[in-house]
Amino acid sequence: MDKQQINTLQRIGCQIRMNILRCVFAAKSGHPGGSLSSADILAWLYEKELRHDPKNPGWEGRDRFVLSKGHAAPVLYAALAHFGYFPADELDKLRHTGQMLQGHPDMKGTPGIDMSTGSLGQGFSAACGMSLAAKKLGKGYRVYVLLGDGECEEGQVWEASMFAAKEKLDNLCVTLDYNGLQIDGAIADVGGPEPFDKKFEAFGWNVLKANAHDFEELSAAYAQAKETKGKPSVVIAKSTKGKHVSFMENKAEWHGKAPNKEQYDQAMQELSALMERLVKEGA
Amino acid sequence: MAEALKEMKKIATRQSYGEALVELFPKYPNIIVLDADLSAATQTGIFRKAYPKRHVNVGIAEGNMMGIAAGLAASGMIPFASSFAMFAAGRAYEQIRNSIGYTRLPVKIGATHAGISVGEDGATHQCNEDLALMRSIPGMTILSPADDTEARAAVEAAILCDGPVYLRFGRLAAPVFNDPAAYKFELGKGLKLRDGSDLTIIATGLMVWEALQAAEQLAERGIKARVINIHTIKPLDEDIIIRAAKETGKLITVEEHSVIGGLGEAVCAAVCGSVPVPVKRIGLKDRFGQSGPAAELLKLYGLCAENIVNEALKMVRP
Repeated sequence: MDKQQINTLQRIGCQIRMNILRCVFAAKSGHPGGSLSSADILAWLYEKELRHDPKNPGWEGRDRFVLSKGHAAPVLYAALAHFGYFPADELDKLRHTGQMLQGHPDMKGTPGIDMSTGSLGQGFSAACGMSLAAKKLGKGYRVYVLLGDGECEEGQVWEASMFAAKEKLDNLCVTLDYNGLQIDGAIADVGGPEPFDKKFEAFGWNVLKANAHDFEELSAAYAQAKETKGKPSVVIAKSTKGKHVSFMENKAEWHGKAPNKEQYDQAMQELSALMERLVKEGA
Repeated sequence: MAEALKEMKKIATRQSYGEALVELFPKYPNIIVLDADLSAATQTGIFRKAYPKRHVNVGIAEGNMMGIAAGLAASGMIPFASSFAMFAAGRAYEQIRNSIGYTRLPVKIGATHAGISVGEDGATHQCNEDLALMRSIPGMTILSPADDTEARAAVEAAILCDGPVYLRFGRLAAPVFNDPAAYKFELGKGLKLRDGSDLTIIATGLMVWEALQAAEQLAERGIKARVINIHTIKPLDEDIIIRAAKETGKLITVEEHSVIGGLGEAVCAAVCGSVPVPVKRIGLKDRFGQSGPAAELLKLYGLCAENIVNEALKMVRP
């Protein structure tokens, strides 16, 4: 990948982050921390990885994306708006009564959403079903899942992991947003779901690792995932919760709360400065 | 009557479920059957033998099975997720609610071993709460067939229903009283099996046959009991119930389920606003079951013609 491509992806990641702040601020609630940590992952997936068509969200041949960590809905909405699934104005109405964007993703009401999620562990199982259907019906689409690290404390995650390996779902690729924090604190203190690599290996998965904010590493990991046959792949993506908003970075308290006006202004200033720098670098 | 019963074929509706899936597959080739290590008991093993590539065992993980079923349905397949009622409706309730109910995905849940007639396995396996749980989910269709003929028809009706369906089947062999040649299943429509003007017995599942027996015995005492079979618990045929309330003035509901949250409460809700008549609810009285042969347990908990007759007499001749 050349520098120009990386710069483009970085700018998309930054734009997604601005969209996240915009919608969480408008909603006065929601989950910015784990949305910001996965912004670059979604930038990669929607720009480079997924075969998708924003003009035809129901296209049967599309690759599927399931946000199993459904509380990170802002990052999904931010990406979908950026890629043209719906007008960006919708972001200002997140979590408002009678509006399209629900607190957690709703496949029935929002274009571009392949599965309603929010209750942790369930999206992963549904993604297994989508992968299995592709195998049974001889279809070529792939299924991508974004899983939270705290989410791995749900037993259902390991039920799904066992099943995907048993059924050799090599059209399934999970990304683990490994930011190390959940709402009550550090994952090691709250539920102790680590080590992830050894667990997924033991469950029969192809385990890959990447820095969630390094597009070259993400690119290499997803390429390997695609080449791996006979087993599902997981990309354990080490990320920073609250990435690129200084006062949110690595703070569990920003898992599920909205910034006030002052905090919002500061966050947007930081992101605007980042965008300016990226535009200069890309020119 | 006793002689007629001796000649009557008996088939458990779980067997009807497995056989119906085999019969229907050529007509609906997108069917896929999921099991959670109980395919011998749910009788979907019959389907696995016929179409091994379309039977997937997910192992002992019912919550995961419901999620997988949702994903399959979202991808154009017709999944039948099979387990015991206890582990389908009970253990996987929240997965059904969020991944299948909220999404309105056309997943068909084949729940066998419902009710007390599970028998010897005892209270942990006797699910008398599944109707209550499933009724509480918006948009869930609930089918509770009474015999083999009706169960087979219910499986096809579930396929044709564009949304989630919960199918309730029993373990115990039940008399086949519906003639397959004449039977017509209409989703959401109750069936008047016998007319009467003194009271109406409204029953579902295994209890429909008991209701018919009870009506026969009541007739010998000069009491004319109407019998209604409610095979669709939700959406409920309120018209047939309100008409019965208006015309007979007294209702008895009979279900192999808790008196809380099942057919009885649904019937009460249907009549209370417009025709508030007395309703006697026969079912499990807010208690757990126990181990024992099914026939003994059904008698012990009053889920039999004899008890229906007694309750009817109390209502009609107090």
